[in-house]
Amino acid sequence: MIECKLKKELSAAEGKMILNVDFRLNEGDFVVLYGNSGAGKTSILRMLSGLLRPEDGYINQDSNVWFNAEKKIDIPIQKRKIGLVFQDYALFPNMNVEENIYFSLPQKKDKKTAEELIELMELGNLRKQKIQQLSGGQQQRVALARALARKPKLLLLDEPLSALDHGMRTKLQEYILKLHKTYNLTTILVSHDPAEIIKMANKVLVLENGKFTKTGTPISIFSESKLSGKFQFTGEVLAKIDEEVVSILHILIGNNVIKSVSAKDEIAHIQKGDKVLVASKAFNPIVTKIE
Amino acid sequence: MIWESLWLTLKLALITTLLLFVIGTPLAYWLSATKSKTKPVWETLISMPLILPPTVLGFYILIAFGQSSFLGKFLDGVFGLQLVFSFSGLVLASVIYSLPFMVHPIQSGFSSLPIHLKEAAYSLGKSKTTTFFKIMLPNIKPALLTGIVLSFAHTIGEFGVVLMIGGNLPGETRVASIAIYDEVEALNYSSANTLSFILFVLSFAILLSVYLINNKSLNRIVK
Repeated sequence: MIECKLKKELSAAEGKMILNVDFRLNEGDFVVLYGNSGAGKTSILRMLSGLLRPEDGYINQDSNVWFNAEKKIDIPIQKRKIGLVFQDYALFPNMNVEENIYFSLPQKKDKKTAEELIELMELGNLRKQKIQQLSGGQQQRVALARALARKPKLLLLDEPLSALDHGMRTKLQEYILKLHKTYNLTTILVSHDPAEIIKMANKVLVLENGKFTKTGTPISIFSESKLSGKFQFTGEVLAKIDEEVVSILHILIGNNVIKSVSAKDEIAHIQKGDKVLVASKAFNPIVTKIE
Repeated sequence: MIWESLWLTLKLALITTLLLFVIGTPLAYWLSATKSKTKPVWETLISMPLILPPTVLGFYILIAFGQSSFLGKFLDGVFGLQLVFSFSGLVLASVIYSLPFMVHPIQSGFSSLPIHLKEAAYSLGKSKTTTFFKIMLPNIKPALLTGIVLSFAHTIGEFGVVLMIGGNLPGETRVASIAIYDEVEALNYSSANTLSFILFVLSFAILLSVYLINNKSLNRIVK
C-alpha cells in the first residue's frame, strides 16, 4: 500500500504551478496518471521514486516511511525498492541484454528472478545482443525485466510505450499486464492513450495543473457521455471504407475487430486512428455461453 | 643529447597525462552535473590556458614558487621540494597548462549522456560511486581517450611555460621543444632537423589515432 501527500512548486512552460496531490494505492492496483503534458505527472513519479524532493507532505509504503517533511525523513532512491521505466528505455549501452538485467541484482549469485524475467519477456534469444541492435519494443522489454529483477513492489512507468508504433504498443501492453499480475505489483503508469488505459488500469487519476480533478475507473472517466447505451465500448478506428451512401468503419475493440455501418456524413469527422465510443441502444444483446 | 631530451619529453607528457586524468575526470564530472552559480568562474579558470600566453602562466608560477616567495620557501623547507628550474616544477606547470585539453572533452562526454542513464542506475539500488565507475565512465570512452591523447600531445608541444620556469637544464628540464630551440641557436641544424621530424611524426600519429578511433566508435553508435 502506498499512501502519500505531495506538495511542490514546479516551473512549467506556462510559469509557476503548485503541485498538490494526495492519494492512496492498494497492493495490486494498476493506476494511470492522465493529463496534459506539464500537468505534473512525471513529477509525481519522480517524487515517489526519490529523484525529486517534495517541499511538503509524506510518502508511506506499508509501514515504511519513504519521505516525511515534518520529521525530515528522506530515504534515498536506492533504498526505496521501486522499478522505474522511462520512455527512452535508458538501457546501459556498455552492456549487452543479459548484463543490463544482471546489473540490477543485489547479489550476482541470485539469478533466479533474472532468469524468470528473461523467460517471461521472451528475451532468451537476445541475451548476448548489443543494446544498439535492438528494436524499440525489444529495448523496452529489457528495461522492464531490468526494473523488476530486484523484486520491487512498486512499478513506475513514465510513458513507456509512447515511442513505439501501434502494433508494438499492443504487444508491450500484454507484457506489462503479465508482469503486473505475476509479481502482484502496484503499478503507476503515465499514459495519454484512452484505449491503453481502459485495457490496463483499474483506476485513473486525472491531473490538471497540479491537482487531481477526477478519479475513478477508466470506463467512468472516458465513456462519460450523454448516451444511455445498453452496452458500450471504446475502440480505435482501423479503417474507414467509403461506399456510395454509407461508410464502413473497422473498429478494434480489445482484440476484436468489428464492422459498423453509418451514413457517410454522420461520421465524416471520424478518421482512421481515432479513438471512438461504440454504443448500442435499441437492441438487446444476445449472450450465449462459450463452450 | 637528442634521446635524452626526447625521453624527458615523453616522461613529462606521461606523468602529466596521468595526473590530469586523475584530476580532470572528477572535475569534468562535477562541472557537467553542478547547478552551482560559480560554475562559469571555474570554467573560465580552467579554460584560461587556452588563450593566456604561456609566458604569463610561467611568470606567475615563477613568482609564486620561487625561492624568495613564501610558498617556495615553505615547500623547500618542509618537503625539500623545489618547483622552479626542476622537473617537478615542469609537471606542475604542464598540469595547469594542459588542464582544458583533458577537462573539455570529458565534460562534454558526460553532458552528452542521457540523464536517465544515471537515474536508472540509482533506481536499481546502485550507489553514486558504482554508477560512476560502471555506467558513466564506460559510456564515455571516446571522450576519455580524446582527453588523454590531447593532453599528452599538448604537453609534448609545450615551449613557453617550460622555458619560463624550467630553463634549460640537460636531463632535468631540457625537453625536446627546448632542445630544438637550443640547437637552432647554436646553428646546429641537423640535430634540430632530426628532433623536429620526430616530433612532427609523433604528433601526427597521435592525432591520427584519435580520429581513427573516434570515427570507428561513432560508426558503431550510428549503426
